[in-house]
Amino acid sequence: MKYIMLIYQGTAPLPGSEESAALSEEEQKQIYADYGAVNETPGVTPGLPMGLPENATTVRVEAGKTLTTDGPFVGMKEAVGGWFVLEADDLDAAIEVAARVPAARLGGAIEIRPSETYW
Amino acid sequence: MTLDQVFREEWGRVLATLIGLLRDIDLAEDATQEAFAIAADRWPRDGTPRNPRAWLMTTARNRATDRIRRDRALAAKSGLLAAGSRTEGSMNTTTFPDERLELIFTCCHPALAIEAQVALTLRTLGGLTTDEIARAFLVPERTMAQRLVRAKRKIKEARIPFRVPPVHLLRERLDAVLAVVYLIFNEGYGGRDELAAEAIWLARALAEMLPDDPEVHGLLAMMLLHDSRREARFQGSELVLLSDQDRSRWNTEEIADGRSELDRALTLGGRGPYVLQAAIASLHAEMPCDWAQIAALYGELGRLSGSPVVELNRAIAIAETEGPEAGLRIVDHLGLDDFRYLHSTRAEVLRRLGRTDEARDAYRRARELTDDGAERRFIERRLTELAGAKSSS
Repeated sequence: MKYIMLIYQGTAPLPGSEESAALSEEEQKQIYADYGAVNETPGVTPGLPMGLPENATTVRVEAGKTLTTDGPFVGMKEAVGGWFVLEADDLDAAIEVAARVPAARLGGAIEIRPSETYW
Repeated sequence: MTLDQVFREEWGRVLATLIGLLRDIDLAEDATQEAFAIAADRWPRDGTPRNPRAWLMTTARNRATDRIRRDRALAAKSGLLAAGSRTEGSMNTTTFPDERLELIFTCCHPALAIEAQVALTLRTLGGLTTDEIARAFLVPERTMAQRLVRAKRKIKEARIPFRVPPVHLLRERLDAVLAVVYLIFNEGYGGRDELAAEAIWLARALAEMLPDDPEVHGLLAMMLLHDSRREARFQGSELVLLSDQDRSRWNTEEIADGRSELDRALTLGGRGPYVLQAAIASLHAEMPCDWAQIAALYGELGRLSGSPVVELNRAIAIAETEGPEAGLRIVDHLGLDDFRYLHSTRAEVLRRLGRTDEARDAYRRARELTDDGAERRFIERRLTELAGAKSSS
């Protein structure tokens, strides 16, 4: 079963931000190591690292006209911060991997979405 | 055993085994329903089979197999035919794996909304119909039907496992199951007896399947002890406080039953929240009431839960042992301004202290927060009594 794991940053410090710099070097190292460990978990296919939501552009089409706005579709804090794909036996296995993603303990959250399967 | 009793006892077991076999709740439910319908038709005419459970399981499985044979495409997807032929032999014997535990852990999985957990548990384990559940929770049948459909779809689509959780998850998941059972009981406590009976029935099944877990016995004990006072809690439609209850209307059998479950929990070394609450309920059933012991148990429960509501209950016990002043001191430090029982407790303590004006204000505040009929009328009665009294402070 394939799950798409969406990482929401929430209030978790963004890499390169002041909040992130305020963390001790040890904590920062731990966070990188934990992300690395998640990426190397069997069944995980890492997504491309996503840039900051403040650099996002949102596009709508209304009456044939393309409308472009600055920023993410939802608010900055609600924006998706990253994603990966997980092949796992069941939801419990996916929950265990989600709980190891650092954002989940730093003020963000992981949303587990089953990929649609047509069988 | 009457047909109804057999159905009551067997529904959850047959359904759980079928789900274990088919890995498809809808298909299992349809097949189980068909088997029960056939039984209702045939058994009164031909007699009840020697092993009703085996008969129901075999019939339900055959119904499912038939259904799948009619739709080969579906068969290819679910893999039932392979499973069916693999288990053909064993399904005809008299022993079936009891998979109700797997089922209840699936129904009470934290990835489902709590209302869905409750509804699914009542539907699958309890065998209540969608209409019965809807009526018990005062929602339209269509709403309840949708809730069940959505929950079953999520179990399938998100692949919520059908299994007893591994050891490192067991405590947390079992607590979630117990919370659902207790919620069902509480829904029934306000007078909807069938839900309280259902919760006790579910807890008994759990205690049978998990005989070594003290909290399971603790929950069962607590519910039995509370339920034993059901008849005495109301005089007509009026609420009667514990101290004013007619003890001859307590159900002594349930009290004895509850106490033996509590003993079992204590023997197993239980000291968790349900065991403590059961111990408190057991002390409440004694005459005279050991309020000092009750206060100590509430203290222990409060340290476990950190809940101000528990502290409020401790204040009531302290008011009994150390006097209303001491109780009031605790109540006044609790916050909980939107909690009606804070104000009714405060009012009661103030009334006993003869501080009538303050008592009246507190009852009025409690009344503002209470829409429930019997409890509201109780407050009204107290206010009427106080109207004649003069404040001594």
